[in-house]
Parts: sequence; C-alpha cells; structure tokens
Amino acid sequence: MIADVLIDPFLEFEFMRRALAGCLALALGATPVGLFLLLRRMSLMGDAMSHAILPGAALGYLGFGLSLGAMTVGGIVAGVVVALAAGLVARSSVLKEDASLAAFYLMSLAAGVLLVSLRGRNLDLLHVLFGSVLALDDASLLLIATITTFTLFALALLFRPLVLECFDPSFLRGVSGLSPIAHYGFLILVVLNLVSGFHALGTLMAVGIMILPAAAARLWARGLTSMFGLSVALALASGVVGLLASFHADVPAGPAIVLAAGAAYLVSLVLAPGGLIGPRLYRRPHLES
Amino acid sequence: MRTLFKPALASLLLVLALIATPLRAAQIEVVASFSILADLARQVGGERVNVTSLIAPDEDAHGYQPRPSDARLVRDAHIVLANGLGFDTWLERLAKSAAHANAVVVASEGIEPLTGQQGHAHHGHDHGNMDPHVWQEVANVLILVSNIAAALGRVDPDGAELYTENAERYAQQLRMLDADIRSTLSALPVSRRKLITSHDAFGYLGKAYGLRVIAAAGISSQAEPSAAGIARLIRQLRTENVPVVFVENISDPRLIERIAHEGGAKVGGKLYSDALSGPDGPAPTYIDMMRFNLDTLMKGLLPETG
Repeated sequence: MIADVLIDPFLEFEFMRRALAGCLALALGATPVGLFLLLRRMSLMGDAMSHAILPGAALGYLGFGLSLGAMTVGGIVAGVVVALAAGLVARSSVLKEDASLAAFYLMSLAAGVLLVSLRGRNLDLLHVLFGSVLALDDASLLLIATITTFTLFALALLFRPLVLECFDPSFLRGVSGLSPIAHYGFLILVVLNLVSGFHALGTLMAVGIMILPAAAARLWARGLTSMFGLSVALALASGVVGLLASFHADVPAGPAIVLAAGAAYLVSLVLAPGGLIGPRLYRRPHLES
Repeated sequence: MRTLFKPALASLLLVLALIATPLRAAQIEVVASFSILADLARQVGGERVNVTSLIAPDEDAHGYQPRPSDARLVRDAHIVLANGLGFDTWLERLAKSAAHANAVVVASEGIEPLTGQQGHAHHGHDHGNMDPHVWQEVANVLILVSNIAAALGRVDPDGAELYTENAERYAQQLRMLDADIRSTLSALPVSRRKLITSHDAFGYLGKAYGLRVIAAAGISSQAEPSAAGIARLIRQLRTENVPVVFVENISDPRLIERIAHEGGAKVGGKLYSDALSGPDGPAPTYIDMMRFNLDTLMKGLLPETG
C-alpha cells in the first residue's frame, strides 16, 4: 500500500527516475554550495547571479540558435565573468561584495534583455534554456552530474580556506595566499551549480534548493560536518517529497520540491535547537536554586 | 556650368517624383497581428497593399510585446487586422493607444468557434473558452479571406473589384488544398488517425479532417508541467497505441521527446501551428504551411509498408 504511493511512480516511469537522479545530484552539489553561501551571509547572491547568467545564454542563442549546449556555455561564461568582476571590485575597492555584485548583475541583466529583444523579441529564452526536472534528457542529466562531481572535488580541495573565509576572512588573508583562490573558486562553483539547478528546476526555483535545506540544517546542527550531512539529506528528501506530491497531487514539480524544502525549513524554524521555541525544548537543566 | 546643373537636377527630381507618386498613392498599408493573417492579406491585396506582420514568422505569439515601432506601424496603417477569438486581444489596446483611425478588423468574424472542453487558458494569456486557431481548417480560411477582401474594399473602393477577384482566385486554391488534405488523409487507417502535440492548436484540423487530437493536457509552453500530467499522457500513449507525437515549431522539444520515448511512440516532425516559417523555410505561406503539415503528418502516421 505504502509502496504503491512511494515507489511505484518511480518503477513505472523513467522520467520520475531521471527526476530523482537529478534531485540527488543537486542535493549533493548545489546544497553544500548553498550552505557556504548561507554561512558567508550571501544567501541572496544566488538570486542575483541567476540574473547575471541571462546575457550569456542570450549570446549563445544569438550565435548558435536554439542550441542548449551553446546557451549553457554562454550562461556559465557570463556568470563567471560577473562573479569575477564583482569579486575583484569587492576585494580591491571600497564597495562591499553585495554592492559590486548588484551593480554587475544589473548591467548583465539589462544587456541580456537587450540582446534577446534584438533577435526575436519574445522568445521565452529562460524557459527554453532551462527546462523542468520532469524533462531531463541525457545531456542535461550528464551536465548536472558532471557539475556535481566537479563541485564535490573542488569543495574537498578548498574546504579549509573556505571555512576560514566564512568565519574570519581577514585572518585567512593574513595567514595564507589561498584566500583569493578560495574566494573566486567558490564564486565559480556558485555559477556552475546555479546553471545545473536551472536545468533541473528552472531559473526561479534553482536558488530554493540551494538555500532552504542549508538554512534548515543550520538550525539543527552546530558542527560543520553534521550541517553538511543534514542539508544534503534534507535536500534529497525535499526532492523525493516534491516529486511524489507532483505525481499524486498534480502540481508542478519545481515549486513542489522547493516548497517541500520550505516546509522542512519552517518545521526546523519552530522545533530545532537554533529556532524559535527550540531553545526552550532542549534546555539542559541548570543548576538552579 | 553651375547654372545648367541646377535646373537639370531639379527636373530629374521632378521626374523621379512623378514616377514615385502614383505607386505610393495606390499602396494600402495593412498591419496584421501575425504571419498567417498577413499572408492571407497579401494574397487578397496583391500589388495594391503593403502588408506587415507584427509578430514575425517563427515567433511565438504567446509572449509578444509590442515595440514603439509597432505602435507607429499601427498608427499609420489603413487597416489593422486581428484574428480575434482571444488570440490577439492586445492589438485592440495597441490600436487605441497608437491612435489608429479605424476600428480593428476582426478577421474571424462569422466563424463558428470551437469551445475547448478543457478550456484553452493554457497560454498565460486568456483565450477565454474559444479555440482561436481557426486557420487549421481550410473552410474557416475561406471566411477569413472574404472578410479581409471586404475590409480592404471598404477602405479602398477603387480596388474592391480586384480584391474580390483575388479572393475568388485564392479561394479556388484553398478549395483544392482542402480536397487534397481530405483525399490524402483518407489513405490512413482509422486506427492511426491520431494526433498528439505539445500545444493544443489543432482542434479545428482534427474536427474538419477526422483526426483524433489528443492534447498533451496541461503541458503547455508556459506553465510548469506536473508529474501527474506527464504520467497521464504517457499512459494514454501506451493504451491508445499512438504511433507518433508531433512537436511544434514554437515549443521546448525536450519534454515531448521524453514523453514519446516512454510512451513507445516516435517523435514526428515539426508542425507549424501559430506562425509561418521565414521565406527560406518550408512554410513561407499559408498554403505551403498546410501542405507541409500534411506531409509531416503522413510521414509520421502512415504505417511502414515493407
């Protein structure tokens, strides 16, 4: 009975299995990146970056027509350029990271809109480039898996400088030459994972799977390791719950997945040790008179 | 030298002006909302009219945003042609705000619209409950053409005779097209007269020519699909044994490819629904479009004979 509801959809339909594979890859790649974003107080940067990617996709479209490959590469290049430019400005001018990023992504977005309207004025470019988790073809799935693999290796290599950069960037800058590598490398990871999230969840929802599980995990866990484990598990669980909801309740998959992650966040917000009433629930008995 | 040059230039200009004026005077400026309507207007108007389509060939009508240059076109036009039935409601507003002198001509007037059982509000803009894609049935195009001819005649009475003649001649071609579609499709076994596309635009085609049109329900080019909708469609493909799924020229092909693959169907060619192709494409005119679609349908639906 329960197996009917939970497992049969995946057994009967390949598109559900593909969607599940996509969710797993996203949970392993995008969510850890999201957790670092969260810890660096850059949660909103994901949203900004997703706008920065548009002109690259538009250029790819202008150059090569409706080619997913060209548009993806274009998007990644534009995202990386904006990320690097913003990082450079943030590190060597008086502007802070958010200000410089906002400036560059706004310019990039405007350029993208301009480029799209020059060619065909109403092509729903973002939709064409970034499909749905339910329509993952081999190419998109491979792309997402590749980006996830790369992300995991890169995070493993950059882990220590990244953690230091989260908690005390000026200390890292003082003691190590790795600071810029960690910083720019991380921005590039953000761009890559956004693109892979776009392919699976669309432009609006991609940031959700990065940030929401990370925020929920942050409320429960104190140590970094458990925070990573929990956020990945929550992201994957949201993927499964969202897909099943989409299957049984006839709702769009992308928003369902992000809302499932949102529900996990809300529950955590109330019950977790770091949440609203959590601290009272888990209070250790004090030595009180 | 100098004294000779000026009069010579002036007379040259005068001659040029004399040549150019009568041509310009006869030109009736027609602005149509989309490429198919524009082609019909060209067929009827011939040399006397200059037709511009606001939505370019191969462009998706569903996300159209007017540009200032469009407003200027509409303002200066003698006739503004809309399809009606909710397909291009924006044109009425554009004509008003651009201060177009006459009322917008609704070409689909007099056509009995199909009302979508599942509703047709899947485009992000509202079609109401009527299916606006009337041109997929040739009989309706006869009405479109006579409406266009009448509208042209009202604005340009000198050309009225010519317009009626052109419309009559074009109607002959349309009747031939209609007969061809019927005789070609009659070669299909009844069990294979099934049509599935990603965008529900072929209701009239199905009704007129006896094809069962199965809409990829809820799977439009704009709304996010649900897993339930996709699963329903795949099951439908499996149980009804549909041989081919057709992709249109304006939608994301990935989803329909996945559905076809799992439903055990092939992906057929592109069918043109809302827009013609460019002049170098396979469907630069309405008649070319219908013949191309017919070809594509037959290629997909005919059982392979050894």
